[in-house]
Amino acid sequence: MTKLASKRKLWFLISLLIIIPGLVSIVFSGLKLGIDFTGGTLWEVRFSQPAEAAAIESALLGAGVDTAIVQRSGPAADETFLIRMPEVPEGSERKAELAAALQAQIGPYTELEYSTVGGAVSTQIRNRAIIAVALASIGILLYMAYAFRNTQRPLLYGGSALVAMLHDVLIVVGIFSILGLLFNVQIDALFITALLTIIGFSVHDTIVVFDRIRENQAKLPDDSFEDIVDYSLAQTIVRSLNTSLTVIFTLLALVLFGGGSTRNFVLALLIGIISGTYSSIFNASQLLVAWENGEIQRLFGRFRRSEPDAAMPSA
Amino acid sequence: MPTRTWLTLAFIIVLALFAGWVSLPGSAYDVGGFRAAHPVRQGLDLQGGLQVVMQAQPVIGRTLDAAALDGTRQTIERRVNALGVSEPFIQTRGDDQIIVELPGVDDPEEAVSILQQTALLEIIDPQGQYLAPGTIVNTSLGPAEQALGAEAAATSEATPVGTPVSATPVSATPVAGIPDPVGPVYETIVSGDDLRDAYVTTGNTGLGQVVGFELQGDASARFFEYTSRNLGQPMSIVIDKTVISSPVINGAISGQGIIEGVPPSEVNDLVIQLKAGALSVPLEIVQSRTVGPTLGQDSIDRSLVAGIIGLGIVGLFMILFYRVPGIVSVIALLIYTAIVFAIFKIVPVTLTLAGIAGFILSIGMAVDANVLIFARVKEELHMGRPLPLAIESGFNHAWPSIRDSNVTTMITTIILYLFGDYTGTSIITGFALTLFIGVVISMFTAITVTRTLLRVLVATGLSGDRWWFGAGPLPEAARTPAAD
Repeated sequence: MTKLASKRKLWFLISLLIIIPGLVSIVFSGLKLGIDFTGGTLWEVRFSQPAEAAAIESALLGAGVDTAIVQRSGPAADETFLIRMPEVPEGSERKAELAAALQAQIGPYTELEYSTVGGAVSTQIRNRAIIAVALASIGILLYMAYAFRNTQRPLLYGGSALVAMLHDVLIVVGIFSILGLLFNVQIDALFITALLTIIGFSVHDTIVVFDRIRENQAKLPDDSFEDIVDYSLAQTIVRSLNTSLTVIFTLLALVLFGGGSTRNFVLALLIGIISGTYSSIFNASQLLVAWENGEIQRLFGRFRRSEPDAAMPSA
Repeated sequence: MPTRTWLTLAFIIVLALFAGWVSLPGSAYDVGGFRAAHPVRQGLDLQGGLQVVMQAQPVIGRTLDAAALDGTRQTIERRVNALGVSEPFIQTRGDDQIIVELPGVDDPEEAVSILQQTALLEIIDPQGQYLAPGTIVNTSLGPAEQALGAEAAATSEATPVGTPVSATPVSATPVAGIPDPVGPVYETIVSGDDLRDAYVTTGNTGLGQVVGFELQGDASARFFEYTSRNLGQPMSIVIDKTVISSPVINGAISGQGIIEGVPPSEVNDLVIQLKAGALSVPLEIVQSRTVGPTLGQDSIDRSLVAGIIGLGIVGLFMILFYRVPGIVSVIALLIYTAIVFAIFKIVPVTLTLAGIAGFILSIGMAVDANVLIFARVKEELHMGRPLPLAIESGFNHAWPSIRDSNVTTMITTIILYLFGDYTGTSIITGFALTLFIGVVISMFTAITVTRTLLRVLVATGLSGDRWWFGAGPLPEAARTPAAD
């Protein structure tokens, strides 16, 4: 039997190594927020002749939009461009002016998408997104505590699942912060959807492992907790990998063949589900062991003890 | 094998055939037009169209209440119907917002300008005629072509009527519903700005509920002069140049009046319309989304390819890894797909791009329940249990995990749905709804369908071999009875 639990410090280290770069990126450059959260206009157009992003940008500049960001979306042959700019309402004269400028300076085009979000609405969406993620976390924690109510420490199970879940959220948000920095990838309301789905999946995966641990604890009361966790992991790891693989297959199909507008959404799901599989095996269960062995208490105890020590030099 | 298993099998077969039939595309074998009446409802991002969230701007000195907002919504509904959009969706949200979804609109700029104009309420002098509700008229405040959306209802190119005049109209009776561009121009006595308020009251007539209204400014004097001159004659209440009611004047009215004889069921409605007309609420667009039809078709094609490839790989993987149970799970998966799709059509669930992603994701999750069960069955076989027993205890042991994990997914989908609903993002509600339906149905197919099929296979001896269930030969330890 593989001794996964004995290498738990290595597993935690691997997670940290992935989380830290993302965390640094979040702290120093933040996330590139899309119009859902900042307000503004997203305009996707397809030209019938070759066009360049820079030319479109200068055409818009000529019409008085000095903060437009233009990016090619999709393959080069498509001549499809995404224009992000401050809010220009649909049906307004301003929009007609911009459309005329594009027609005159670049050429005829078809409008694929035109979205505008007002400033007040975007603040609302942002606040509600935060509430939604918080509510989902609390709901899951409560359900976990309820589902594991006949164990000795129901909150420990819920808490460990929650930490594993936060781990997945941090990894996805961190990677998207880096993608935003490198490729100007923005996050939108769909990204929040992806996060909530990841939260659900992460816990889903963790529960299967925890269920086994609980079952084996009853069956093998004489074994050490560490052994029970190892034994349970060995029993569930094939299932965890198989389930994740099937979901990853479907998501990969969506990334490779699905439409462009949901690509970032599916990418977020893909990263989150890989992370969720890792965290349920290598973090959530290992946290249980670390807590049962008193390692976490010692870690925090050390901090707690060091404070009075510093304040009161020993005589 | 117990009769119950056979009954369940029969039920599953009937259900699968029905769901498969509902899911079939095209019109082949469509009995009684049921499938024609339940098409796949496509969201804006799939078929193209316009979604607008409009916020009513406060009017100085007036309060915007639910009735006034609802009246504004009704006005918009009338205009949209005149535009001839199929399956429009118009709803109020919160205290001051209205969401409008117009699928398949090809000129979003024009549609927006029609939506955004404020409703014009007028009380006109119909020159002694009774104008039936729905009649479109020219008034001294402007010709019918200005009626929003009226042009869509017009049969021919309308010639504008020059400058509006407050002259006596020529005697020609407009036909209900069709504007007569050269028809009479009726004089507007009062307009929405002159109306202070409207309410439901019982009046002093003992006639039950009637519509009460109050005028303000010099409109009171104007209205008094008009009503006293036209006692016993009808007057017409017009919104956006469309007659909505033509009551008879029973007495001279100055500041306050009532409208009686309105059918009890319509009293409330008229009050709502008058209130909205009185407010003439300006609407500001706070959020909009226009999707062109090309992007929509593109998305459908791509998602279809992705779905088929995803389903294919999952099926192949399951068969290679779990052998006979793998095949059973693929059958269960096909039944699952048919049932979910049939539900989408019957409910109906509006399918969006994110909704399709949710559906494809739920395929992966549906398989998870089977993976859990088969892994357990395999374990039980390794422990030396005979096949039928291993299947039963495999299912029983896997159940708590399946239940708990699916409940957490349901919790998140419910929160997602509420989040999407609050923020008016139909992509999110679409995703949440399809994922939720997927999870619920997957519990049924993974448990009931798979278990019944496996029981039948084993009982009929079609597949009784342990190898087919992914287990090797019976382990030594298990073959010799343990001596304890």
